[in-house]
Amino acid sequence: MSPALHLAATGHGFLSPTGVEIAFLLVGIATLGAAVLTVTTKQLVHAALWLVVALGGIAVEYLLLTAEFIAWVQVLIYVGSVVVLLLFGLMLTKAPIGPSPDADSGNRPAALAVAVAAAGLLVWVVVDAFRTTWIELDKGVQGSTAASGESLFRHWVLPFEALSVLLLAALVGAIVLSRKTAEPRDAQSGKEKR
Amino acid sequence: MTTTTAAVLVPLLPFLGAVAGLLLGRRAPGFVRPLAVLPTLAAAGLAVLVAVRQGGGAGGGTAPLTAATRLADTGSVPIDLALQVDGFAALVAVLVAVVACCVQIYSTGYLRDDPRYPSYAALVSLFTAAMLLVVYSDDLIVLLVGWEIMGICSYFLVGHYWETAAARSASLKAFLVTKLGDVPFLIGIFALAGDTGTFRISEIHTRLTSETAGVPLDHPTLIALLLLAGVAGKSAQFPLHTWLPDAMAGPTPVSALIHAATMVAAGVFVVARLLPVFASSAAALAVLAAMAAVTMVGSALAALAQDDIKRVLAYSTVGQLGYMTGALAVDDRGAAVFHLITHGAFKALLFLGAGVVIHAAGSNSLAAMSRMSGLAQRIPDAFWTMTVALLALAAIPPFAGFFSKEAVLGTAEHAATGHTPGVPEGVGWTVLLAGLLTALLTAGYAARLWLLAFHGRGEPVPDHGKQPVAMNAVLWVLFIPTAALGLAYGTLPDWFDGETLTPTLTTSVLGTGLALVGALVMYGAWRHSSARAARVPLGAVAAHPEAADAVSEAEAIATHEAAYGSIAGASDPADPGRLLLGPLHRHAAVGFHLDAVYSALFVRPVAAAARLVRFLDREVVETYVRGAGGAPRLLGAAVRRAQTGNVQTYLGALLAGSLVLAVAAVLVAAGA
Amino acid sequence: MHLAYPAVLAVLLFCTGLYGVLARRNAILVLMSVELMLNAVNLNLVAFDVWLRDTLHAGQALTLFTIAIAAAEIGIGLAIVLLVHRNRGTADVDKLRDLADPPSDGQDPMDDSMAAPTDNDADQARRARRQTA
Repeated sequence: MSPALHLAATGHGFLSPTGVEIAFLLVGIATLGAAVLTVTTKQLVHAALWLVVALGGIAVEYLLLTAEFIAWVQVLIYVGSVVVLLLFGLMLTKAPIGPSPDADSGNRPAALAVAVAAAGLLVWVVVDAFRTTWIELDKGVQGSTAASGESLFRHWVLPFEALSVLLLAALVGAIVLSRKTAEPRDAQSGKEKR
Repeated sequence: MTTTTAAVLVPLLPFLGAVAGLLLGRRAPGFVRPLAVLPTLAAAGLAVLVAVRQGGGAGGGTAPLTAATRLADTGSVPIDLALQVDGFAALVAVLVAVVACCVQIYSTGYLRDDPRYPSYAALVSLFTAAMLLVVYSDDLIVLLVGWEIMGICSYFLVGHYWETAAARSASLKAFLVTKLGDVPFLIGIFALAGDTGTFRISEIHTRLTSETAGVPLDHPTLIALLLLAGVAGKSAQFPLHTWLPDAMAGPTPVSALIHAATMVAAGVFVVARLLPVFASSAAALAVLAAMAAVTMVGSALAALAQDDIKRVLAYSTVGQLGYMTGALAVDDRGAAVFHLITHGAFKALLFLGAGVVIHAAGSNSLAAMSRMSGLAQRIPDAFWTMTVALLALAAIPPFAGFFSKEAVLGTAEHAATGHTPGVPEGVGWTVLLAGLLTALLTAGYAARLWLLAFHGRGEPVPDHGKQPVAMNAVLWVLFIPTAALGLAYGTLPDWFDGETLTPTLTTSVLGTGLALVGALVMYGAWRHSSARAARVPLGAVAAHPEAADAVSEAEAIATHEAAYGSIAGASDPADPGRLLLGPLHRHAAVGFHLDAVYSALFVRPVAAAARLVRFLDREVVETYVRGAGGAPRLLGAAVRRAQTGNVQTYLGALLAGSLVLAVAAVLVAAGA
Repeated sequence: MHLAYPAVLAVLLFCTGLYGVLARRNAILVLMSVELMLNAVNLNLVAFDVWLRDTLHAGQALTLFTIAIAAAEIGIGLAIVLLVHRNRGTADVDKLRDLADPPSDGQDPMDDSMAAPTDNDADQARRARRQTA
């Protein structure tokens, strides 16, 4: 028996999971499955819907990690707005309803190889690094709304305000980009006049 | 004005005229003719003045006029701007200047409408200056400068009608063949200077001839043969004579000045000046004699077969130059220069007359002229002057050619009988026998030219208009020395080395008799063959009665090969030369295939080498160059393949690379 | 709870998103995959924040900021995709090849990449061409 396994066995063994761990594992499997379906499905709209499942699963994981405020923000912003935006995007780009066989590009094998290799490497490194690390979830709620708000408006207020400016800039940028510019048409008509 | 100043001005004036002509020719067309004629005329006057002031040569006990200024102190053998006017130089300068004057005046009529007349006249002036420089110069390097300027002027002037292929190739050939001789000439000058320690001709002369301080040369034969190569190139002696007949593609006045009277005589003149060098080597004299004999006889035979009137005269020039070298071979430069001067006069006259004939007949072909009647009546001036000039050429007394040729034959006979010290008897016999044979042939081709050109039978010559006065006047000016210069044989020895030029009875009778025989045989053959002329129509006539004479000539040159089958001969059964030469005619017409030999010996190897170099450059060197460019291009194409524009591919490659780096980092961190 | 659970889940989600970014053709699907990757990072942030018991709640604050930035990103990204779709008639990533080095015989990609940014006329001409097609 290697020393590492011995250490794991003496502390909190992987073979005797707690209830939270079991829940986290199950939700994680569902989330991962939804994510995989998101990137593999042939139907574009289904991909967006599977993304909802995956993002919701992550929200549940936040809850399991006692970060309730983040979880609700996740549900509000991601599931509520981002996915809706994506669906609108799909609509506006006239995405086909039903399976579209060319959803994946020709890079698929290479992408798969890179992704699998990255996963293998990262999993190896992460497992090797955090095999014995234990999160104490019972010592109080770390991410309650009160705690989060207090730290956000006490310690992080300046970045918060800067972020609002960034959001404003993004808003303006999105409007400018998506506006149907009348300028070229004017130029064209001007040219015709000439 | 001192005699020295006058002598300096003689070459300088035409040079300044040439520079002014080249500069002003385009802008001020009105000045071109005065600028062409007046400096040459002044130079002629000054040359006569110098000759009169000098009043004689070594034979008369008059010391030569010498003046020198140091031009370049080279460290070993200095170069001087020196002139030496002795009897030879004074008389030859007079000849050159007078003939140049005549040619310039004649050209104003002959090339009156030519758009390139300004540059033509300037080049003739430049040539005149260069020739006078050669004549007066006492320094071999300065002489060489004039020598090469003459060569380049000859190149430009032969190519005057550069629109015709014949003129283009002829000018190139003239340039290349004379350069082939000039390279050994240059080496010979250096070798001579190395042996004697000076470039000054007068000092070389003194060193070799004076009894007290005479120092023999170390390599007389080598030096003499090297110099001889240059002389053979310039003076058109066998085997480098082939350029001269082709050079007749130039305008007729140029042929008269450069390729008959002066430039080709420069070689003879240089040998005459340096004769002590040649005389110090019996082998060189023998080579000179053999060269002269082969040149004389061969060129006379070739002249019999030519159809172009100017080519007949060209081969005749080669032959007469052979007489001069023959005289030099028997160590008598007096006779050589005497023949040079008389020949210059009557050959210039012949050429200028030929220009008139070509214009009047509208053709340069003797075959065409023999089929038209009344040419003599149409151009009486040219007819009479040319008749006398041909008599002079054939050495019929009492014209100039008789006396000079008899001087040559007499001195050869003198040497053959062993009376000339330092000259082997064989040399004398060679020159004498070749000279006599050539006298026979010369009379033959002179008679042929005269009979075919002026006594044709057939259609009357169309009226091509009257010749300009300038041209006819020049003919009569040249007529005077042609007819009467020979009578000066009594006084000329004073100007030369003092040896007598009086004809001896034996050679006179022999030479004149052979000449008469030649002329009569030719007459008989002509009577026999001319009846056929009517049966075989032949000839192409370029008639431009209004235009200048040069236009007809240029057209005749351009069309000769197309009309008669060859640039030199014509397939004319009525030609008496063909009858007399028999099977030899075919070979004589092409100059005894010397051009073919040159082609096989030089042209083809050079062309093959050029092809080889071209191949090496195109296929070998170029391959490396192309490879140096091609390899990066291939690599670039390979890299370009990767630049598909697909961002996902880029990103995939980027991530794969970072993955590899991460693995490496992890492995390093883990100490693996 | 073992930290390995959320960490490994984050890794797997991240690599799934990575695969999607590299393999998907439609630009909007690519954006979805990007969201997956961002969420994987967020999960990591939250998990480590909880593990470390950070008094400043740096991980959670940063997660909130990331979410906000992701919202901005998706807005801008969708605007760009829409613009591209409007101009080119397609939102497929592998059809946007203006970055390609043109083949030596000089074809359309070159015209697009070289002329389009500088020359308005070329842009309009292309648009007109597409409309006729």
